[in-house]
Amino acid sequence: MTHEIICAGFGGQGVMLIGQLLAYGGMIEGKAVTWFPAYGPEMRGGTANCSVVISDQPVGSPIVSEPDGIIAMNRPSLEKFKLAVKPGGVIVYNSSMIEAVPEIPGLKIFPVPTNEIANELGNDKVANMVALGAYLGLTKIVDLSSIEEALKQVLPPHRHKLIPLNSAALQKGLELVEKS
Amino acid sequence: MERVMMKGNEALAEGAIRAGCRFFFGYPITPQNEIPEYMARRMPEVNGVFLQAESEVSAINMIYGAGGAGARALTSSSSPGISLKQEGISYIAGAQVPCVVVNVARGGPGLGGLNPSQSDYFQATKGGGHGDYRLIVYAPGTGQEMVDLIGIAFDKAEQYRNPVMILSDAIMGQMMEPVILPEMQEIPADKAWATTGKKGRSKPNVINSLGIIGEDLEKINIELQAKYARIEAEEVRYEADGVDDADLIVVAYGTSSRVVRSAIALLREEGKKVGLFRPITLWPFPKQVLQELANKGKKFLVVEMSAGQLVEDVILAVNDRSKVEFFGKLNGTIPTVREVYEEIASLLRKGGAK
Repeated sequence: MTHEIICAGFGGQGVMLIGQLLAYGGMIEGKAVTWFPAYGPEMRGGTANCSVVISDQPVGSPIVSEPDGIIAMNRPSLEKFKLAVKPGGVIVYNSSMIEAVPEIPGLKIFPVPTNEIANELGNDKVANMVALGAYLGLTKIVDLSSIEEALKQVLPPHRHKLIPLNSAALQKGLELVEKS
Repeated sequence: MERVMMKGNEALAEGAIRAGCRFFFGYPITPQNEIPEYMARRMPEVNGVFLQAESEVSAINMIYGAGGAGARALTSSSSPGISLKQEGISYIAGAQVPCVVVNVARGGPGLGGLNPSQSDYFQATKGGGHGDYRLIVYAPGTGQEMVDLIGIAFDKAEQYRNPVMILSDAIMGQMMEPVILPEMQEIPADKAWATTGKKGRSKPNVINSLGIIGEDLEKINIELQAKYARIEAEEVRYEADGVDDADLIVVAYGTSSRVVRSAIALLREEGKKVGLFRPITLWPFPKQVLQELANKGKKFLVVEMSAGQLVEDVILAVNDRSKVEFFGKLNGTIPTVREVYEEIASLLRKGGAK
């Protein structure tokens, strides 16, 4: 089993972090993983994405060009990657910033109003976690508990007080899938 | 042992520190900046020295000094910066001083771009500076090898009193993978040959690369060539995966070997017999193993991110015993798994192999 993911959005939306959490989560579950960032020369306001591979076998290419799933936090990212997704794959998109996406045959397309849900939790910054929660719910690629464990490793100790908020956001995303 | 996720550049830096490196001199350039950034934070914690030199030329000569005093010293840069260091590298090789130089290669020529590249292969393996000298050149293919090979690099640099290069690239440097870190080592700098003070010896230790009298210079070169012959006999490293029953063997190192590995996995699922041969030492080059494989009638495809540099060594090794095909991506882009898959599949069709 090899699962390849692209997480993409504006710089600042936390797409690198959710990619890292997926990779750490996979590592915690004993899988071979890679995380590779692509920023391009631009930073603030530009698009950023990262490739994550989670596998039972040693990982070959760390650069994903035909993903099993994508998390798109803004429209340029969705447009860039939606047609690259493998048949049977998953698209999770941020419906707070992207209007309804027409069906693509063979793909599961799942809208998540990440900013609205994050605001309900009292912090817009965890929108990325809501999207990640939905991705976990749809793909079951990594357990929620492993992502929560990963948060402890990825976030510096002085940010650990934010772990409950991040967990709540992940949970909301997951519930959205369960209710659908 | 605990696995931790690290960027390749950071894994290499921590690996160097755990291998007893206590001196880092460098000058900033993308895509290797995580190495000096990490060293700037980490060196003071181990009573080491981090120094941002005023130029690459200055940094390599600081390595010359620290290495000459017997210490484990490291500098890192990326392609244009490595070009600037070549004079110093040649002097260090001539003076037989151990040190490790890391090239996190980017696209060229000239100022080039920030994209990963493998077009510094000639520079690394054929002597980028002047004179008849050789570097031991390691090409890591995983995060774990970033850690392991930097440790081996320091050991070999000291064993042979020779500069060692790690030839990495922007992808190997920026990618995060789980790694297991070794225990911390403290390595004493008081080598018998080092310039650490006369300490009661009758003759002082002298380190230089000068041989102003012709016969003296020839003697130095004979000694160097004998050393390089020992290195060629002892230090070859490679990975051969599924080559025994293969109809076609793909030769690739570093980042391109990762792409090739994915493409081969797809082909093997279809029952195609394709193997991977990955040189880990680019010099000494594993030519004998390739020669033996060629004698068995294996065909070769070389995949690299350059206009064709590694392929020349494979052709020399195979020496007309077998066919060597080439698939290169010019600097600025990376071969995709699909492209490499198609290339291999088309060669297999042409070769009539199943």
